[in-house]
Amino acid sequence: MNELTVIVNGASRQVPAPATARRLLEHLELDPRGVVVEINQRIIRRPQLDDAHLAEGDRIEIVHFVGGG
Amino acid sequence: MTSTAQPPRVELDQPLTIGGQQFTSRLLVGTGKYRTSAEMLATLESSGAEVVTVAVRRVDLDRSNEESLLHVLDPDRWFLLANTAGCYSAAEAVRYARLAREAGFNDFVKLEVIGDKDTLLPDVEGLLEATKTLAAEGFVVLAYTNDDLITALKLEDAGAAAVMPLASPIGSGLGLLSPYGIRTIKQRLAVPVIVDAGVGTASDACLTMEQGVDGILMNTALAEADHPPAMGHAMRHAVAAGRLAYLAGRMPRREIAVPSSPGSGMLDEQSS
Repeated sequence: MNELTVIVNGASRQVPAPATARRLLEHLELDPRGVVVEINQRIIRRPQLDDAHLAEGDRIEIVHFVGGG
Repeated sequence: MTSTAQPPRVELDQPLTIGGQQFTSRLLVGTGKYRTSAEMLATLESSGAEVVTVAVRRVDLDRSNEESLLHVLDPDRWFLLANTAGCYSAAEAVRYARLAREAGFNDFVKLEVIGDKDTLLPDVEGLLEATKTLAAEGFVVLAYTNDDLITALKLEDAGAAAVMPLASPIGSGLGLLSPYGIRTIKQRLAVPVIVDAGVGTASDACLTMEQGVDGILMNTALAEADHPPAMGHAMRHAVAAGRLAYLAGRMPRREIAVPSSPGSGMLDEQSS
């Protein structure tokens, strides 16, 4: 199986290729409704998760809300 | 006929309105640093707050024991106000604000651009720049700032929907250091003034509201109390009391005593 290496939240990860932002969330078992994804500092809106294809070396941030003031 | 006179209803206050959104409670609370989620929820409830702040952070992908805040906080029950805490430049804060908005709850952001790690005092240049950028993008910006009038005026001019001067540094619990500064900001700004940070206990909250400000945002005073839900209750009443005292209008200060009881009618008085 083909794999891609991407940086997710600062750590290198192998993900099955071809990959999209939605596939990545599924791979990581994350509910898209609770997180926001950014690829190379570009925010991926939820309806676009399927269209956002990942490339080798992409820097991906996956964020959510935590407790804070 | 007996008169059944009702006491006059005191309805001096209006709802707090920020960016077109009305809120009944003038106490806004943070969700950080609680010992447990249950304790946090009990405190939010007892505080009577509607607006609760949240932070944007990376998901812990090795989330062995981590629970997403949205599993604890029902977004239909609480108005989630995302912050940009931890950001040290305008660009960074703008990036966090955009991510927060994409979570899909509202366009509000509590904008922090911090300038110094020890005091967590704001970088006002970065703050102004980020306020302009985000306001132009349609954000409802609540800008965390210091107690400086000129900066507050510039923030309002830059498009801030509310200005949030500090009572004292974040997490310090030092209370209201500059009643004059806060009062002056409130007197000069048209947008709501919400004092953010530094309140330590109920008297601090009451004194702050007595300056005429529109509300208070606090976190540590609740989370680090020995009994957070009880402090939430105390703060709810302190904020309401301070607000009402401000609206009621305090008596003048005098340097000499004025008796409250009649001076006449004392025993052994000689009628002339």
